[in-house]
Amino acid sequence: MSKTAKVIELDQVVVRFSGDSGDGMQLTGTLFSNLSAILGNEISTFPDYPAEIRAPQGTLGGVSGFQVHLGSQKINTPGDKADVLVAMNPAALKVNVKAIKPGGVILFDENTFDDAGLKKAGFTTDNPFEELGLQNVQLLGAPLTDLTKLSLEDSGFDNKTIVRSKNMFALGLACWLFNRPIDKAQHFLETKFAKKPAILRANLKVLIDGFNYGSNTHAAVSTYHIGKSEIDKGRYTSINGNKATAFGLIAAAEKAGLQLFLGSYPITPATDIMHELAARKDLGVRVVQSEDEIAGICTAIGASFAGNLAATSTSGPGLALKSEAIGLAVTAELPLVIVDVQRGGPSTGLPTKTEQADLLQALYGRNGECPLVVLAAGTPDDCFDYAYMAAKIAVEHVTPVILLTDGFIANGTSLWKLPKLSKYPAIVVPRPTQDAGSWKAYMRDPEKLNRYWVAPGTPGYAHRLGGLEKDFITGAISTDPKNHQKMVDIRQAKIDKIADYIPELEVYGDTSADTLIIGWGGTYGHLRSAVDKLNETGNKTALAHFNYIMPLPKNTRDILSKYKKIVVCELNNGQFASYLRSQFPEISILKFNKVQGQPFEIHEIVEHITSL
Amino acid sequence: MSTQTYTAQDFKSDQYVRWCPGCGDFAILNSIYKAMAELGVDPSQTAVISGIGCSSRLTYYMNTYGFHTIHGRAAAVATGVKCANPDLTVWQFTGDGDCLAIGGNHFIHAVRRNIDINIVLHNNEIYGLTKGQYSPTSKKGLVTKSSPFGTIERPFRPAELTFGARGTFFARTIDVDTKVSPEVMMAAAKHKGTSVVEVLQNCVIFNDGAHKEISSKEARAEKTILLEHGKPMIFGKENEKGLVLDGFNLKVVTLGENGITEKDILVHNATTEDNTLHLKLANMTGPDMPVAMGVIRNVETNTYNDELVQQIESVQEKSNIKTFDDLLKSLDSWEI
Repeated sequence: MSKTAKVIELDQVVVRFSGDSGDGMQLTGTLFSNLSAILGNEISTFPDYPAEIRAPQGTLGGVSGFQVHLGSQKINTPGDKADVLVAMNPAALKVNVKAIKPGGVILFDENTFDDAGLKKAGFTTDNPFEELGLQNVQLLGAPLTDLTKLSLEDSGFDNKTIVRSKNMFALGLACWLFNRPIDKAQHFLETKFAKKPAILRANLKVLIDGFNYGSNTHAAVSTYHIGKSEIDKGRYTSINGNKATAFGLIAAAEKAGLQLFLGSYPITPATDIMHELAARKDLGVRVVQSEDEIAGICTAIGASFAGNLAATSTSGPGLALKSEAIGLAVTAELPLVIVDVQRGGPSTGLPTKTEQADLLQALYGRNGECPLVVLAAGTPDDCFDYAYMAAKIAVEHVTPVILLTDGFIANGTSLWKLPKLSKYPAIVVPRPTQDAGSWKAYMRDPEKLNRYWVAPGTPGYAHRLGGLEKDFITGAISTDPKNHQKMVDIRQAKIDKIADYIPELEVYGDTSADTLIIGWGGTYGHLRSAVDKLNETGNKTALAHFNYIMPLPKNTRDILSKYKKIVVCELNNGQFASYLRSQFPEISILKFNKVQGQPFEIHEIVEHITSL
Repeated sequence: MSTQTYTAQDFKSDQYVRWCPGCGDFAILNSIYKAMAELGVDPSQTAVISGIGCSSRLTYYMNTYGFHTIHGRAAAVATGVKCANPDLTVWQFTGDGDCLAIGGNHFIHAVRRNIDINIVLHNNEIYGLTKGQYSPTSKKGLVTKSSPFGTIERPFRPAELTFGARGTFFARTIDVDTKVSPEVMMAAAKHKGTSVVEVLQNCVIFNDGAHKEISSKEARAEKTILLEHGKPMIFGKENEKGLVLDGFNLKVVTLGENGITEKDILVHNATTEDNTLHLKLANMTGPDMPVAMGVIRNVETNTYNDELVQQIESVQEKSNIKTFDDLLKSLDSWEI
């Protein structure tokens, strides 16, 4: 019965796995993307899951998705729409109906598309595909639940456990459809279930049966192959933004010769940073899971005072709670990295969805004149670089630094070439140049304007810091009006000065264009792809993407003044646009915004720019 | 511990002390200088952390490393300091508002973790720096600017809160007792784990006489009892009174009356794990019972900071990951 299906060569494909939040779609998607990466594909992934851990089974609210974009060329985003949708139930089909490309394949579990399943998902007819108006799609139905039960009928597992393995059957089918050898998946499963050999055996059996089912029944007319990508030779892994952020902090601490401390309180979608660091006791990382967000930053401030490279990780609501303490770190002038993994707001908002609406909070959300450094990472893998740079700036300039990432890049993965720490810039801890007798707590480096960092335990340098305004030199409490002005001015000047130590802004795309797209942070992939597409279609466009927000790169004004039309694209109501306008009032700035808890889609940007 | 000896002078900073004339904090500050000098810990190895309030200004008057932080958060900052560098001796100076109102959460969690810091709680039962509002320890009915008809709130008893959070050390003293205060502060510093010292403090401006029933020398002899580990619970001007158990409750008896001798009097055991009697002792109030002073509870158990370090060391012993590069090598990775 075995036949060879026709193999179609593709240079890229988008696959979306979708099912109940208990169906194991995140694992399935991760395995599929990892084994594609091993085969030499570029990858970009995006998990899209509900806030409820287990919403009622089969309902629209409980649908959890994981999108994977594979390519033989540079992949910047997880893709707008899916070439292949794996739908484990009717709800998953309904939720994702707009996410399927015309002509796409829908692989679905026939067993869940029964009357009860259709009703739960709110279908009123027995043909959901027709009801949704899906015409130009290729349907690939298989009784995944029944086949999984058959596969494991001799396993001795109870029905519930057996049915839970059906995601592996779907993965096996997907592996067959995309010519992914399953022995690679086997390796990942062995790591994942190392401590549960029975579950491992069951998963492997279902996986292999799923693959063979596709192969034997010739389930689809054709299968697909995506060639190896032509990226830099080297050793790669796949990494999500939260893990990359944690690694960046670890690398910076090692480079600076400092012990790393994290004070943090669990909050979606930032908690994985704490998980990663808590696991790194082998590298001496000290993690305190604090009693609340405020204690998270306050323990970190204490650790910084005591000489550690200290960080706290949070998301928007947590950043709000930390505001007063950030002010303390600003005025006490202590190194501190504050990671804000942005999510939909305001208030509790959309905890599992992405947004860029904390920018103004990061820049200005404190009492008093309270300047600090704001950086924003652009992709899952460059969270490593910007976490490293956040730590470097915090330590060398003795200041708090807010690193903005977001739910999209924090949970999304990309391919990451393993870095060589030796190639990263040194991190030099600014110790006093004066001897103990003549040193005062607020003496400054004449170039960088930072005060020096001396930890308790250092003989002779005992000093007091605090939140009250302090004397310009000694640090003793001062309420003198002129002194306050001087202190306010120098705290700002210290931050402004950092512009001398960060890279200049680069322009991507057609630099001779009239139109400049501006973006910042986690929209990088989408904006870059949009600019590529615009230029391919003759719409000359350039892209200036910001990772350094406060201070801005020194050449920002020069670049902005070169373009006739400037459009700031961001996932908020125009916060970066407002900020740029306040900095460069003479430059006219347009904006394009989306606040739906979802990343941009490339076509949205392309369509908007061409409509101008 | 260093062999060098220190005097109170070594712990005084060059800053002018700015409390109101007659404030109980002056006496507390002197007791602290005395305790720190006798402890003999180098000022450079000492970190003094405070929040906001009259008591929290104390940081500026110490010639140690110090951090005057934000309202209520000193326990969290001190926790970070101790975890980052467990070799430091870490003190927290705080008041009843700072520690038990805005900082209540950090206080109970520091105590629960048993992080090795010494918390000195200046309890004047009032907000001083904001000019006279009732605090979480103000007696019910107290008339203040924010309770012009008397507060209707039930006050916290700091000892009870400490025990509720599974505290391992609690001592009480009164600002004017310059003999017992340094002693209990030293005991607090020597105790491994979170030590709470409640200092009954007089606010001469907004709550003058809050502790007047027990503040004079005579009243202290009659109406307080100094608890000392291993010694009988005896008090009174002539040491004529003592405490015994009567069923589940404590009772005051007079030696020599009804055949009572010293052998019948309870002996204080501060180190017993069970805190039932400690709580009973700490909760005693006048007029029928004496107010307990001294070290009421002093139990040794593992500290958070020790366990943190031990866990790191034991993981490091077994792990092959010694550097960031080792970590990278441990990842699932592939050549392209």
